[in-house]
Amino acid sequence: MAFEFSDEHEELRRTVRQFFENESDETKVRELMASERGFEDATWKQMAEELGLAGLIVPEIHGGADFGAVELAIVMEEMGRALLCAPYLSSAVLATSAILLAAEETAQKELLPRLASGDATATLAFAEKVSPWDLSAIAMAAEGDGASVTLSGEKTFVLDGTTADEIVVVARSNGNLTLFQVAGDAAGLTREALPPLDPTRKLAKLRFESTPAARISTGDAEPALRRALARTVTALASEQLGGSQRCLEMATDYAKTRLQFGRPIGSYQAIKHQCADMLVEVEFARSAAYSAAFALDEDDDGAEVAAAMAKSFCSEAYSHAAKRNLQIHGGMGFTWEHPAHLYLKRAKSSEMLFGSPISHRAKVAAAVGIGSA
Amino acid sequence: MKESELRERTRVLLDEVHPDDEGVSRVDFRSAQFDHGLALVHFPEGLGGFGLSPKLQAVVNEEIQSHAKTFYENLVVNPIGIGMGAPVVLTYGSEEQKRTLIKRIYTGEDIWCQMFSEPSAGSDVAGLSTRAVRDGDDWVLNGQKVWTTLAHVSKWGMLLARTNPDVPKHDGLSYFLLDMESPGVDVRPLYQITAEAEFNEVFLNDVRIPHEQMLGAEGQGWRVAITTLMNERSALGGGSSRKGGGPVSVLTRILAESGAQRSPAEQAILEDKATQLYIRAELLRLTTQRAKATQRSGNPGPEGSVGKLAQAEIYKDVWETCVAALGDDGLLYEPGYELRRPTGDFRGTGESSAEKHILQAKYQLLRSQANSIEGGTSEIMRNILGERVLGLPGEPRVDKEIAWKDVPRG
Ligand SMILES: Cc1cc2nc3c(=O)[nH]c(=O)nc-3n(C[C@H](O)[C@H](O)[C@H](O)COP(=O)(O)OP(=O)(O)OC[C@H]3O[C@@H](n4cnc5c(N)ncnc54)[C@H](O)[C@@H]3O)c2cc1C
Repeated sequence: MAFEFSDEHEELRRTVRQFFENESDETKVRELMASERGFEDATWKQMAEELGLAGLIVPEIHGGADFGAVELAIVMEEMGRALLCAPYLSSAVLATSAILLAAEETAQKELLPRLASGDATATLAFAEKVSPWDLSAIAMAAEGDGASVTLSGEKTFVLDGTTADEIVVVARSNGNLTLFQVAGDAAGLTREALPPLDPTRKLAKLRFESTPAARISTGDAEPALRRALARTVTALASEQLGGSQRCLEMATDYAKTRLQFGRPIGSYQAIKHQCADMLVEVEFARSAAYSAAFALDEDDDGAEVAAAMAKSFCSEAYSHAAKRNLQIHGGMGFTWEHPAHLYLKRAKSSEMLFGSPISHRAKVAAAVGIGSA
Repeated sequence: MKESELRERTRVLLDEVHPDDEGVSRVDFRSAQFDHGLALVHFPEGLGGFGLSPKLQAVVNEEIQSHAKTFYENLVVNPIGIGMGAPVVLTYGSEEQKRTLIKRIYTGEDIWCQMFSEPSAGSDVAGLSTRAVRDGDDWVLNGQKVWTTLAHVSKWGMLLARTNPDVPKHDGLSYFLLDMESPGVDVRPLYQITAEAEFNEVFLNDVRIPHEQMLGAEGQGWRVAITTLMNERSALGGGSSRKGGGPVSVLTRILAESGAQRSPAEQAILEDKATQLYIRAELLRLTTQRAKATQRSGNPGPEGSVGKLAQAEIYKDVWETCVAALGDDGLLYEPGYELRRPTGDFRGTGESSAEKHILQAKYQLLRSQANSIEGGTSEIMRNILGERVLGLPGEPRVDKEIAWKDVPRG
């Protein structure tokens, strides 16, 4: 595998980093995480129109930039670094991937241009209370066979579920997993914000009571959804990498300038070695996240396993880096005022989102032949 | 004194005043317990004890717990006062101070706080900058303290200040008891990652402290501070007093109650992890017990850092494992992040509904991040064990021989 980023890739990275340094600085992050809505429409519009980020992976015919997983990885890494508060993972990654891979063409034509232009946001509602991340555990069943059906039941851990304009619901129809489109303001839909551990990413519970919904996929969507989740998890691994890298930088910067006993604390091996260990782990996380992205773009058979490997490793690398960063900052790192906790909360919650590191490792184990048959 | 006699005396106390009885307040009960010598059995007679080994306190506590529903934990009543204030006053205070201060610490009538850390002096607390200057019978203090837990409710602060900047740092410190109601003391909340303000920053502007409130002699403050810190470490490091008690019991409950949500493989991994933690927590308890058995009375030494280091690291791991066991529910944080002064609702050790355990674990995932910082960081504990206990050579020092005022700070 090449892992080579082109000059265009580097340019993309520079552009988005610059943009987020201006538009998603710490003050902005704190303001948005305390708000109910959780993001700013103007910034979202700018991200879509000026930078083409909302439609990054949407094909040109649907108004997007037609980029792949590698470009997405670069953008997500920068978002993770900046702790961006926006419905990017939910709308531009998760819902977009599901629509791209599993929805019918007419639905793609109707939805994707609106998402790419930033005129609308969408989310995917699939998780239910029991085994939320397991597609095969989905129990909600549509009532009716035609193009228009009704849905009843509950979906949980829906990313940006209270603000999304369009909700793509995964439910069963004749036993098959099927996508249904529900308007955010549909009758019979109640959207309740959940209290998130990580206030920079909003979560919701959605209750459906004979809610009208339009069928937008045919046949069994499970294999396509599985691939959409692998794409999302790969993108999330890059976001985790970006956060880890930022923690490493904060910790080393502080270790160079904070003096105790008349010396910079980074001159003590107890601190220096922690920074060095963090560096090794972040570099491993980088390899995991990038290789998973390249595998997707090269249609590699191993892409799903690479995604699972990346999610499990980057999750733990991020948690470790966030905790170490806090520790290296001493009392200051434990304050609300210092950003260390914002990264810790993002790290711990993204570790659990879409399944624990243990559950992702189980997928790796099965694929590489670890364990008794 | 034999265990049986202690038990007998405890029953006499309970016959006289019972903590469950209506009209018997915490202060009433603990006041009587103090007068019976059953409060701090390792303290001298007349000051809450009988000069016994500290391990015998467990006998009294057990006896109370088996005859009463109400049990006041020292850590809840007055953690810093009982853990550090009382032993420091006992060691360095005048007879008058012992008589007037210790009992009110025990009953919780006077809450105490510890005013050591400053913005540029945490691990290197002996490098602190708050100045105390003599003026007649008083000392006049100017400076800033940080991370002062409970300062906002405290009557007394144990305060370390610089009385001589021209000598090496350890030699220029003096130790004071500060009446927190004195003019010029300005306490402001500092919010923590849980959104609560347990601790504070305290600004001192021309605060006057009478000379009698200096503990130890002028320039001897570091010795008194060391006594305080060693007591702090042993207070923060004992582990649970009961087999399988403390945070590990929460982990056990959570694993038992949420098993259905997990694959058998995940369950097996978490069970093994929980068992390892159970064993480590149990060994922490036994190690503490062993240390107490060999210590008759008096103040703990540097080996207390074993328990402090181990407890911080074990507890952090336990709470993180609890939240891992909660799985997707760990994405949610019900207390929310409204900035507030702590209420202690979901930290309590009392009631034990499943819901409460879950809230406690989520809260502690965040709160326990401070375990390896407060009372001395884990890195500093390892330095103490390496240098003070094992006698390994120290790091090269740039600040030891020179005057405090010439040491770089930041
Ligand atoms: C919740 C909480 C409550 C507290 N309550 C109180 C209180 O009531 N009263 C009070 O006085 N203080 C209190 N403290 C302060 C606490 O004692 C200090 O935070 C602690 O000693 C560390 O100091 P610091 O924060 O300045 O970090 P620093 O000393 O700046 O340490 C930063 C990092 O450098 C490391 N480091 C520093 N020196 C060395 C070295 N020589 N070798 C290796 N590593 C080193 C540390 O381990 C840490 O990781 C509290 C702190 C917390 C978090």
